[in-house]
Amino acid sequence: MSATEEEIPVDAPVTQPVFAPKAAVAQPKPPSFMVRLLKKPLAVASLVWLAIVVTVGIIGQFWTPYDPILVNLKIFKELPSAEHWLGTDALGRDVMSRLMAGTMLTITGVIEAMLTAMIIGVILGLVAGYFGGWWDRFIMQITNIIVALPGIILLLTVLVVFNREMIAAMVVFGIMGSATITRVVRSVTLSVRQELYIDAARISGLGSFYIITRHVVPRIIGPLIVQLSLFSAIAIVTQTGINFLGLGVAPPAPTWGGMVAEAAVAMNDFPWLLVPSGIAIALTVLAFGLLGDSARDAASEGWTKSARTGGKVQNNDNVAEQDAAVAKAKSELNMDTFLSVRGLTIVADNGEKTSVLVDNMSLDLAHGETLGIVGESGSGKTLTSLALMGLLPTGTRVRAGAMQLGGQVFDLRDHDSIRDLRGSTIGMIFQEPMAALDPCFTISSQIVEVIRRHLGLDKKAAKEMAVELLRKVRIPNPEEIAKRYPHQVSGGMAQRVGIAKALVANPKLLLADEPTTALDVTVQAEVLDLIRDLSEQNDMAVILVTHDWGVVADSCDRALVLYHGETMEMDSVANLFSKPSHPYTQALLKANPHNAKVGQPLPTIQASLESLLNAPRKK
Amino acid sequence: MLRIVLNRLALAIPLVFIVTFLAFWLVSIGPTDVAATILQGETSPDVVEALREELGLNQPLLVQYGNWVAGIFQGNFGNSVITKESVVELINQRLGVTISLFIGVLVVVSVFGIGLGVISAVKGGWIGRTIDVLSLGGLVFPSFWLALILIAIFAVQLRWLPATGFVRFDEDPMLWFLCIVMPVTAASVAAITSVAKQTRDSMSDAMSRDYIRSLRASGLSRTSIIYKHALRNASLPVVTVLGLVMISAVTTVIYVERIFVLPGVAGLAVDGAMKADLPILMGCLLVFTLITVGISLLVDLSYAWLNPKVRLS
Repeated sequence: MSATEEEIPVDAPVTQPVFAPKAAVAQPKPPSFMVRLLKKPLAVASLVWLAIVVTVGIIGQFWTPYDPILVNLKIFKELPSAEHWLGTDALGRDVMSRLMAGTMLTITGVIEAMLTAMIIGVILGLVAGYFGGWWDRFIMQITNIIVALPGIILLLTVLVVFNREMIAAMVVFGIMGSATITRVVRSVTLSVRQELYIDAARISGLGSFYIITRHVVPRIIGPLIVQLSLFSAIAIVTQTGINFLGLGVAPPAPTWGGMVAEAAVAMNDFPWLLVPSGIAIALTVLAFGLLGDSARDAASEGWTKSARTGGKVQNNDNVAEQDAAVAKAKSELNMDTFLSVRGLTIVADNGEKTSVLVDNMSLDLAHGETLGIVGESGSGKTLTSLALMGLLPTGTRVRAGAMQLGGQVFDLRDHDSIRDLRGSTIGMIFQEPMAALDPCFTISSQIVEVIRRHLGLDKKAAKEMAVELLRKVRIPNPEEIAKRYPHQVSGGMAQRVGIAKALVANPKLLLADEPTTALDVTVQAEVLDLIRDLSEQNDMAVILVTHDWGVVADSCDRALVLYHGETMEMDSVANLFSKPSHPYTQALLKANPHNAKVGQPLPTIQASLESLLNAPRKK
Repeated sequence: MLRIVLNRLALAIPLVFIVTFLAFWLVSIGPTDVAATILQGETSPDVVEALREELGLNQPLLVQYGNWVAGIFQGNFGNSVITKESVVELINQRLGVTISLFIGVLVVVSVFGIGLGVISAVKGGWIGRTIDVLSLGGLVFPSFWLALILIAIFAVQLRWLPATGFVRFDEDPMLWFLCIVMPVTAASVAAITSVAKQTRDSMSDAMSRDYIRSLRASGLSRTSIIYKHALRNASLPVVTVLGLVMISAVTTVIYVERIFVLPGVAGLAVDGAMKADLPILMGCLLVFTLITVGISLLVDLSYAWLNPKVRLS
């Protein structure tokens, strides 16, 4: 490269884009799990309700408004009144007193089951996840067995054998529930176990017990609370269900489940009786369920920011301004070439804030020409290519921009008008060729579907054409490969399949988004050759998104340099390499590992930028 | 494919033995003298001892279990301690009811669970929120309570459906349908919500994958992308949850058979438990273990069918 520091103008001309390196904003450390959980109103409401239930349960052991088992046939089946707030049952007993007296049984049942599940689940999960190997296989086999058990029938057997002792049933239920807890604790432990600081702690001689309690246990608390809450919700239903079936505590002692059974008998003429016990059960199950859901959100917030912002994207723009910008862009379109884009601006809406990702970009492309879009990660090169297809990811949108393609003019904000171009006039291939193929269908059937969509061939003809296309993209023995699933071919092969899919309708424009980044070096060259040859044969224009100057030099006629969404310069490849006019282009060219000197640090874009920006000022 | 089936069977058969042995072991360690429980008021030690002998409770655990297993292979599940009826006969008469409940629940849960999940993933907005609220209701109200509410509304108030009872399909298909509507609904609601939730989450996940973008770039129709590609890819976790809810449907089927007085195996099991009728309870345990093992097997086979990576590895 002939670019030297002397050539940089001291005072940049006004026409050149303003340019300064942009720093990443540091993220503040997220608050701890418990703090995040307690900030959620639903979690707090659930905890308050559970506290009320426990308080009522304790009070109910010592005091109730009336004797819960006192029969008074003079006042049977009464609706709620001042004396009997929840009415009376078929034997004239006070419903509220019975509900209060039965609360403790439900609470203790849930606690027994939960403690059992927690103790067994945490120990087995930690052992399986931390020690792995034989322990892991053995423990996982046990959980597989437990999950497949017809739980309730075993519970019935336990109740018979242990003479209807609720504690026996709930402990056995806890053992069954421990399987899920074990699996969750194991998977969290496994992921912690694989982190480097655990290795470091082991090498420095810390004992397993210390490492587990100090480093692993804190990480399982969040997921554990999620699972225990959800399990408790099921435990309540099971506990009340056993009593509903009459296999638990013997009447007349009050239980929530038993009260539902009593209500069932009186249902024909006094359906009210279903309400108090049903609501008590439902609200308590709900509290545990919401607590679990909130805990899950709180646990995942630690590493996925704003996971729940999906749905409606707020558009903060002024529509009239946008329309004017698009009209202006349309008027500036170059109608004498194959593709012309003007004023393409892509933004991301984040609440009140709108950030510009690609700013006022323009490009022109002739038939059969190949344009490279070069830039660092995050410079907006991929977004640009997606915007031309109307495929921007959720949360981003085109604010303004117009496109002329083969004489037709499009408003780039309008996805619907661009939709018909996809796969017909414009073909596209992607960075991760394997991920771009549907893993559930054979290669043949995926190409056939596109053929039938665009060319309307019958199945047999489409199949033959698919094989032909695979041959055209130089896949050896295409008949064989066509029958395979994506996971059975290599990355280079998958990219060729992607190209074959894009070629179905003989597109006049191919958008290639970093098509070779994920491939081996030798395969990269082959795929680039293929794209170049196809471009020549079919007179197909190509937009090649890349960060690799080698690819640009090899395959492109012209290139456009992007930095943080702003076009730095667009010129023929020969000019860019021989006399890059923009300091950023020079910096980017310098940051090419092929120019590294032995014994010197690898050139990076940040270091190159700093030296370039500082150099002129020193002069 | 055949190898997967054999592999799974090799795991499933020991499971059946483990579960039933576990039950025998529980009986042997339990504090209750089952013979005394059965006889209740009867105090004479001779009578209790005679019943213990008859039940084989005095023999070593392994001998008891061995005898029972040997009997099973000859189609002999023993006789009810109380009515002396053959357990095989009792189960035979009732299996049809329970199986038709299971199939009903499976169909209803698959159709509505997956349907609602897909709608909520694709449409979002108020439909998604409505499904959220409804599914909360389905999860928090226990199925035995919902069943009673259904009876209160549709049988007592509106008189559209019979409150209880069962008619065999071959006798009167229409009446069979009317009898089974409420039981199947009550047993399905909670399961539908679990399946719908899972379907929505997996669909949203599948829709955000790279291949969906590349399918859109190929110009395929929205219908094909959602219902052919995204749904197929979302189906694995959905099938897992479907299997789990069908296993827990054993519990709801028990409540439902009791409440709607359906003459099924689950009701028989509860009766057996009430009266400490061990041979009946063990027979039912075997039936339900086989059902759950069968469900797990079906789930594994669906994995292989749905996921080429499993099938071809």
